[in-house]
This record gives sequence, structure tokens and C-alpha cells, in this order.
Amino acid sequence: MIEAVGLTKRYGAKTAVDDLSFQVRPGAVTGFLGPNGSGKSTTMRMILGLDRPTAGHVTIGGHPYRSLPNAPRQVGALLDAKGVHGGRTARNHLLSLAQLAGIPAARVDEVLGVVGLQDVAKRRSSGFSLGMGQRLGIAAALLGDPQVLLFDEPVNGLDPEGIHWVRNLMKSLAAEGRTVFVSSHLMSEMALTADHLIVIGRGRLLSDMSVTDFISANSADFARVRVPEDGPEDRQKLTATLIEAGGQVLSEPGGALRVTGLPLPRISDLAHGCDVRLWELSPHQASLEEAYMRLTQGLVDYRSTDDAKAGLVEPPPLDAYGHPVGGRAEVPAEPVEVPQEGWYAPPPPGPRPAPAPPAPSPAAEPSPAAEPSSAAPAGEQTSKDLR
Amino acid sequence: MASVPAVLTSEWTKIRSVSSTTWTLISAFAVTVVMGAALAALLNATFDDLSEAEQATFDPTFVSFSGTVLGQLAMVVFGVLVVGTEYSSGMIRTSLAAVPQRATFLFSKIAVAGVLALGVGLLTSFVSFFLGQAMLGDRGTDIGAENVLRAVIGGGLYMGLIAIFSMGVAAMLRSSMLSLGILMPFFFLVSQILAAVPGAKSVARYFPDQAGSKIMQVVPDAMNTDPAPYGPWGGLGIMVLWVLAAVLGGFLVLKNRDA
Repeated sequence: MIEAVGLTKRYGAKTAVDDLSFQVRPGAVTGFLGPNGSGKSTTMRMILGLDRPTAGHVTIGGHPYRSLPNAPRQVGALLDAKGVHGGRTARNHLLSLAQLAGIPAARVDEVLGVVGLQDVAKRRSSGFSLGMGQRLGIAAALLGDPQVLLFDEPVNGLDPEGIHWVRNLMKSLAAEGRTVFVSSHLMSEMALTADHLIVIGRGRLLSDMSVTDFISANSADFARVRVPEDGPEDRQKLTATLIEAGGQVLSEPGGALRVTGLPLPRISDLAHGCDVRLWELSPHQASLEEAYMRLTQGLVDYRSTDDAKAGLVEPPPLDAYGHPVGGRAEVPAEPVEVPQEGWYAPPPPGPRPAPAPPAPSPAAEPSPAAEPSSAAPAGEQTSKDLR
Repeated sequence: MASVPAVLTSEWTKIRSVSSTTWTLISAFAVTVVMGAALAALLNATFDDLSEAEQATFDPTFVSFSGTVLGQLAMVVFGVLVVGTEYSSGMIRTSLAAVPQRATFLFSKIAVAGVLALGVGLLTSFVSFFLGQAMLGDRGTDIGAENVLRAVIGGGLYMGLIAIFSMGVAAMLRSSMLSLGILMPFFFLVSQILAAVPGAKSVARYFPDQAGSKIMQVVPDAMNTDPAPYGPWGGLGIMVLWVLAAVLGGFLVLKNRDA
């Protein structure tokens, strides 16, 4: 088990890791997620005793790393695939590591076989591709048959076969009761591999829950409903009916409605009941990737980049709806009833529109700060529409 | 806790498994021996052209070690690369994750590389001596003569200490390029030039290479070099202090900085 308590690392004025507390339990793959530069690698290095925390501490099985008896037999780590002397052969590299922990040379050949590098064992690692480097790093981590394994971005540079293999490897290691801690910036990868997720952004803990909980808390399923374009009053009528029935309705730029909180058949029945024709009624599922991006980018927005983005993204929609520029920009939470042109339902990865946070309105608890602001004005706006 | 013998074994594997070890040590040997022999032959042929003072203090032992001036540079490269490549390759993180006890790690590495450098240094020094004496013919001396064995063994120690000094410096600077960029010009140019400048002489003779090379002289103030306020062993002692300072500095840097 890995346990971090109030872990903090500052480099001069920059805080890389900020008061991070979490536990990584044995028997499960724990994903460690965060955007680039969010402090994942720094945290990993502190766990391994390479970097000294500015404050707080982290222990493995109750001991700080540096005082672990025979660390290589207890903890295996892949930190940096390129962290190998290029002039040394793969086998010699592993052999030098094995000798440190009193691991017999036969084990070296064994792990070379496990990672599929046996044919290039006698070749210098400078000629290795990134993927081969990752395999060598994984071999080094497996060498001592440790109970705790740390992998920093293990699938970087691997081919699909390799990615598949790493996934299964992690799972089987965890199934053997080991503690497996894997960092990645790819949510989609973690969704397939991890049982538990620790998400950080800007060095702070954003989320610490099981993948299942994370999905139910953050994924935003919705139905897209489109009514004939010639009848704006139909649209209003349907909106009112849906809200009355307990649904939440957001308007999309193309004129469609985004409905949450009501199953599709019910929406169809309600439309039928109030005599509105539907041109489209389709289910949509926001991917975990989007949920993760929303989660992490929300924090980034709160921290510093809010204004810059608002300035870049807002102008056209504001003009279209006649809102004063300043006023809208300061309430980034709310596209509510009538979201701006150019704002498309699931936030695309590239341009991050400021109103990202409100989307997961139906879900239990997105980021706590976003929740009230998104829910409350949504209600207000809809009631206005009703009148 | 990684045991010291385990770390020593591992460091030995690391050293023998890179080709830079082989070629730096071979160059150190070859350059020193060949240049020493060539200069011995040259001086033997032109003995009559030497100044009277130089003839009076002619030191056949010291002459056979003339190649050290260049050969030590290869030793510097060896020492720097042994430590520096850990940093340049990023291997240092893997190494320190495996050996969290940083003192054990660094001192084992220096011990293994240092013993190897000393061994090669001694071999170089004996071969240089005998080849040099063969070149000098009648003007040569004998290993049994007074103080000669001390000078020959001292020549080997000197080579080893230069390598260890470089390891300490590389551990302090955490970079091969930076260390080489400082050490090579220092030993090849700065130290030699300052030793010839009247005002700077009195300082330069306390530099590690200037002080340490006294151990290779049998005749006092051999070849009309400037007299020093210390003897051969005193000079080597000064060099050892430099080496200890460099290694200690390297250790403090490794201990206190993030890897």
C-alpha cells in the first residue's frame, strides 16, 4: 500500500504538487490521471524517494522509500523509458539492476522473455525504439517480483499489441494481490485498465474514487431532441412539458434540445401527448474522456486562465444573443437555456469553451464548485421561458 | 537495504558493459606509454643540447613519465563518464530507486571505478618506466635505485587519483559535458600555463596535478623544475586532499538534491 499525506513539492515559486493525500491499495490497478504538467511524475519521484517533498510524506507499506529494506525486491518502477545508458546492452542493464538486489541472472533472462526482448537482449539499448525502451523499463520493474509496482506512462510509444499486453499485465499483477499504480494522461486507457482512479490537476487532488463511481458521477448521458424548424412555439411547448415532467432541458446551437433526466421513451410519449412532432430523438453518451477533461479543465479555469479563454471564445455568441460582453464573460458557468452559437454539446478537446462545467447537470456531483452555479440558473432560466 | 557487495558487483557490471571504459583506459595507457617513450628517446638523442641546469637535474624516471601530461586527460574522461553518464542517460533515477542509500551508491561506484583506474594507472606507470629506461639506454636508471620504485608506484597512484578527482567533480556538476568542459582545459592548459607564470606559480603548485606529479620525481627539482615547499609525499598528500574534497562535494550534492 502506498500512502501519501499532505504531499507538497515546490520548485521555487512554482508549486508542482499541492497538499496531496491519497492511498493506493493492493489488489487493484490504481490509475493516476492528470493533464501534462499536473505533477504526476513529481509525485511518482517522491514516492520513490528521488525527490524530497517540501512538506508532507509518502510511505510504502508504512516505510518511507529510503528506509525500505531491500527496496528493489519490494518496489518496482518504470519511470523513464529513456533512462538507460545507451551503450549498455539490454541484458547488462538488467543484470546490473538484478545484482543490486541479489537477484540471480537467470531471472534477467526470464523477464527479458516476459517483455519480449529476448532477441535483442545482446543489443545496445541506444538502438531501441521508444516502445522497446518501455518494454525494457517494464522488465526492470518486474525484475524483483515486487509487491508494489509503479508505472509512469507505460503505454507511451507502444504498438497496439504492446498496449493490450500492458493492460493485461497490470490487471494480472493486481489480481495477484499486488499494488499497481499507473500514471497516464489518457483517460480512455485508464478506463480500460484501472479499477480505481486518482485524478489530479495543477498538483491538487480532484477525484479519488473507483472507476465505476467516476463514470456515474461524471458521465453525462443525454437525449437530443429536434423539432421541426418551422414551429418555434412547438419547441417552447415541448420544453415546458419536459421540464414539467422533471427533465432538464438545454438548448443546442442548431436548435435542438438537450434533455437529461428523462428516458427516451418517456420523451417520445410526452411529445406525443402535447402534440409536437419530433425530427430527431437520439441518445448520446458523453465519454469518460470528456468527463475527465471537464473535471481537469474546470480546475485549470478556476486557477488562472479564465479570462484569456473567455476573451477568445465568447465574442461571436455574445453578439448573437445581445448579451453584454463583460457580463457574460464573468458568468462562465451559464450557457443555460440558450447556449451560444459555436458551442457544441460535448466539449471538444481543442478549444475549450468557458461554459464547460455545467454540462454534467444530471449527474450526482461533478466538481463541487460547478454544481450550484450550473443547476440554479438553469432552473431560473427555464421558468422564465415558461412564462 | 542494498548491501555494499551487491552494489559493488552491480557497479562493476555497469563499468565493464560500456565501451567507453575500454577505450578511455586503453587511450590512457597507450598515450602515456607511447609519448613517454618518444620523449625519452628524444631527450636521449638531444641530451647535449639541454641546458646545464637540466643536465645536472636529469631525472630518467621523471622523463619516462612525460606522457602523463596527455595520458591523464584520458583518465579524466574515464572518471567523468563513469559518473556523468548516469545523469545524461537518466539512469541515475533507476539506480537511486534501486539503491535509495545514496552514500552507498556513490562511494561504491567511485570505489569500483577508482580501483580500476588505479590498476590501469599502475600498469601504465610500470610499462612507461621500463620502456622509457630502455629508450634512455645508458642514461637510464634502475627500478632498484633509491626512490625509483616510489616514483613508479606514485605515477600509478597519480593516474588513479586524477580519475577519482574527475568522478567527484562530475558528481558535483551532474553533467558529463560540463565536467569535461571544465576539467580538460584546466589540466591541459590552465594549470600548465599558470605554473609557468611567475606570479601565479606559488598558487598553481598547489593545484592537484602540479602537486601530485611531484611523486614521480626521483631527483629533487627534476629537469630544473621550480622547487616546491613540499616533498613527493607531501605533494601527493595535497592531491589526495583535493580528491577528498571533490568526492565529498559530489556526495553532498547527490545527497541533498533531487535526482
